Amino acid sequence: MKQSQGHNRPKKYGMVIDLDKCTGCGSCMVACMAENNVPFKKDETNKRDSITWMKVYKLTNGKPFPENDVCYLPRPCMHCEGHHGHSPCVSVCPATATDYSTDTGIVSQIYTRCFGCRYCMAACPYHARYFNWWDPVWPAGMEQMLSPDVSVRMRGIVEKCSFCFHRYQRAMDKAHLEGRHELAEDEYQTSCTQACPSGAITFGDLNNPEHKVHQMVKPDNAHGGRPQAPNAFRLLERLGTNPKVYYLSTREWVRKAGDNSIKGEGKAHAKH
Amino acid sequence: MSALEEKSKAVSDGGGFALLFFVVGLVASLIVGWVVFPKILYSQKRQPFDFNHKLHNELVDEGCESCHFFREDGSYAGVPKLAQCVDCHESVQGDTEDEAIFVNDYVTPGIEVPWLVYSKQPDCVFFSHAAHVKSAEMDCKTCHGDIGNSSTLKVYEENRITGYSRDIWGKNIAGFKKNTWDRMKMDDCSECHVKLGVHQNSVQTGKGACFVCHQ
Repeated sequence: MKQSQGHNRPKKYGMVIDLDKCTGCGSCMVACMAENNVPFKKDETNKRDSITWMKVYKLTNGKPFPENDVCYLPRPCMHCEGHHGHSPCVSVCPATATDYSTDTGIVSQIYTRCFGCRYCMAACPYHARYFNWWDPVWPAGMEQMLSPDVSVRMRGIVEKCSFCFHRYQRAMDKAHLEGRHELAEDEYQTSCTQACPSGAITFGDLNNPEHKVHQMVKPDNAHGGRPQAPNAFRLLERLGTNPKVYYLSTREWVRKAGDNSIKGEGKAHAKH
Repeated sequence: MSALEEKSKAVSDGGGFALLFFVVGLVASLIVGWVVFPKILYSQKRQPFDFNHKLHNELVDEGCESCHFFREDGSYAGVPKLAQCVDCHESVQGDTEDEAIFVNDYVTPGIEVPWLVYSKQPDCVFFSHAAHVKSAEMDCKTCHGDIGNSSTLKVYEENRITGYSRDIWGKNIAGFKKNTWDRMKMDDCSECHVKLGVHQNSVQTGKGACFVCHQ
């Protein structure tokens, strides 16, 4: 038996979503629900108690007809790093049910550990966390198609996107069998990434310069992962949550919609 | 003897009784807690029929992995399916009663054997056999005990509340363990991970991250 395991270079799995490519079709939402055994109800019209790990929002520039423009914005869990892994939800969890791994950069949620206080939901500025108000009820026969790799959740606990972490575990299984300790870029991809018909979602290791996500946004790790690519932005950048989901858009109003700003803010800078 | 002395004697006699009651009560509670409770908590279940690991182990070439193998995608097959057994067991071999049950009740009608799995974990647990057996080069015995040299299957003791095998909590109701394979709880996993220097990568606890062994 080996006495110690070789420690791999830490990963920072993240996502880049090109909003100019997103058509708002919702394939990512469907793929996510099917992949992660996300429960649903007969009536899903009340969006305050429905569960959508991946949710597509519709943004509009609010202008009348000729200048009117819309943009669809898919929102998974941002897997915030904060400062040294102190993401908003991880910091407040009194049950140690949610955690940040310095090896993968993924914010985990352990359903059997969670007791449903919902502090994390209050702390999350992205509304990425959902509460199970009921036990899941699957239509007859549908239990048969639940994924055995993802634990189903019960009433009274919080759940959220895991970046399909079970796919990482499965990919690592194969790597171990083949005597490897590192994964290739295409070995670990989230379900929404693969389902997107327009290729708007890219997933990979932000620490690895060879991965597409790194090349697309050029994260400045010395300054909280701030994107250096011109069209890249993150949601609520100024909160300092240091999220690992980046967005791309050539449209300025979309990039501005990613953060709250007071009227006229930024105009003074534009003069310089 | 004065009245005062008599009274104090009576008090000390009463104290003796109280002590006796306390000791009897304590012993009774301990017996209930350590002996009666585990007997009520666990039901005794028998496997569909007996299986001789030792006998099979002597006949195969690759040890445990001959039947408990890895699939190409790195997942672990676990308990063998009927298809693996029928090559040899199409007709009754030997003259044991268990063999007859196996062939007549399961092989001939083509029914999978409903084995009770001693090491079955809750579905929130992720365990990578590949990481442990292939990368860390651990042997099966470390967690499962020397099953390969056992000639009978032990009684499956099912926890009536949780539905899991007693092997997960461990035989010792107080939670003491002598061997690494005595228990299969989260603390046993993390104890070994700390000892063997698996990177402790959790921000919350400074220990192993949750998503190492959970799913």
